Amino acid sequence: MADTPIWLVALPLAGALAALLLPRLATAAAIVTGLLTTVAAGVLLFGVATQGALHYEIGGWTAGLGIMLRADGLSTLLLLMTALVVLAASIYASTYFRKTYERARFWPLWLLLWTSLNALLLSGDLFNIYVTLELLGLSAVALASLGGKRAAVEAALRYLLVGLLGSMLFLAGVGLIYAGYGTLDLTVLARVLEPGPVAWPALALMSSGLLLKTALFPLHFWLPPAHASAPAPVSAVLSALVVKAAFYLVLRLWLDVFANVITPASANLLGLLGAGAVLWGSWQALRAERLKLLAAYSTVAQLGYLFLFFPLLLALPAGPDRDLAAGGLAMLALTHGFAKAGLFLAIGIIQQRCGHDTIRELDGTAQHLPATTFAIALAGVALVGLPPSGAFLGKWQLLAGAVDTGQWWWLVVTVAGSLLAAAYIFRVLGHAFGHRPYPNQPVTVAREEWPALLLSAMAALVLGLAGAPVWGLLEIST
Amino acid sequence: MLTTQILYALAGCVLLALGVRGALLHASVLLRIVAINIMGAGVFLLLIAVAYRGPGLAADPVPHALVLTGIVVAVSATALALALARRLQVERDDG
Repeated sequence: MADTPIWLVALPLAGALAALLLPRLATAAAIVTGLLTTVAAGVLLFGVATQGALHYEIGGWTAGLGIMLRADGLSTLLLLMTALVVLAASIYASTYFRKTYERARFWPLWLLLWTSLNALLLSGDLFNIYVTLELLGLSAVALASLGGKRAAVEAALRYLLVGLLGSMLFLAGVGLIYAGYGTLDLTVLARVLEPGPVAWPALALMSSGLLLKTALFPLHFWLPPAHASAPAPVSAVLSALVVKAAFYLVLRLWLDVFANVITPASANLLGLLGAGAVLWGSWQALRAERLKLLAAYSTVAQLGYLFLFFPLLLALPAGPDRDLAAGGLAMLALTHGFAKAGLFLAIGIIQQRCGHDTIRELDGTAQHLPATTFAIALAGVALVGLPPSGAFLGKWQLLAGAVDTGQWWWLVVTVAGSLLAAAYIFRVLGHAFGHRPYPNQPVTVAREEWPALLLSAMAALVLGLAGAPVWGLLEIST
Repeated sequence: MLTTQILYALAGCVLLALGVRGALLHASVLLRIVAINIMGAGVFLLLIAVAYRGPGLAADPVPHALVLTGIVVAVSATALALALARRLQVERDDG
């Protein structure tokens, strides 16, 4: 049990090497790796739930010189979500890429992306985080460029340059921290960091790098083209997981490591940018002409909600109310991960079966692809935040926190954003259910449609109805 | 000498600032890639200054390890950026 963390990194890495060396067996290797890694994530969750946070020293080297892997409640939840989303997207990708050379290029990068996501979520020191951020960025960019069209390459190049800018800013902050405190270990830093001339600029540098990577408004400009022009399974993982990895780091830094350093003004600034993201992202999603662009702008908006929690968490005193709000934040992040992945996979099916993803021309889709349309509707329920989705619980905590702390303006933003989300989802469904006198034959393709359906159902039903353990798990911290 | 350390650190900060400016303002892809590399050089210089402990004393190995890893990452990222930029150029030439 104690060495499960290393399996979460080693298994996908071994799978990536196998897929690289044996291109003919790449798909099979990836699916087997996916199943094994998902089991490992489940075992880890069980271990953390029963024994508390896990620590693993790679090669027996202690922290300082060696690399320490850590798993607590929050990281384990995200690891399990990552595993489920990547596994579902892998099953979809095994039908999406039909040519052998496409598969040979896709699978090694895909499994490397998973490796770096898991390593990032398990990292316990700042430098390891920098390295995994770079690995994540490089594999994500290479995957995003696989679309092959000029727009995809252009978007991938911009994604890469923005990512590099972000990581260099982050590394500069890491350097400052080491100069000031002589350690990079997150738990040690959380004890010794004090407000002052080292911590403030370091936090500013690291946060601006991470906010660039997590595409917080107005630094989101690179996200819509990159996510909208990538192949469908890649878009799903980029939107659901990769931006969230950077968000996870912001959360770790602001709430754990730099907790003594944060001022209410800085938390309000994050909240304000989040509010901008909610309104601007939802508005752009409403105006989008293509489904993929709609989904990408919706990601910008959904990330905004997560940042609205920062001023509330800072204003709430430590206690049950704060724990409830923190659980709401995690719930919203998890729901968005599943829902957005399901949405992107469903859009991929529409794109392949209908040959386009123009919203205006979707009429008759509900007759042609009933299961896929249902998956989009379920994902929509979760994105709007209707009950019984997990997002409903998350947004409820957001509203409760806003009322409790007397910061009613966040309440207005949340309501406006949810109305806009309902508008852009119903706009899609309105077209999809539009009647066409001679529609194409109804098609259901189990292997293509199941992953999207299961992911959307996870977001819209499972998390909302059986999500209570999330709050309990979050209390397990290092 | 302490001033040596400060000199290196300040030079690192100046390079970092110049790199950020270039990466944000230049329109040409090649210039932006170079600017990001200059930024990287600034950060590495800053880390080298951090490692300095004084004359006659061995430098702190941890920042050196960070710089080495950082250089490896920067080289691979630059290679990927150049490869993408080249593919873009080829497609542009083809019309």
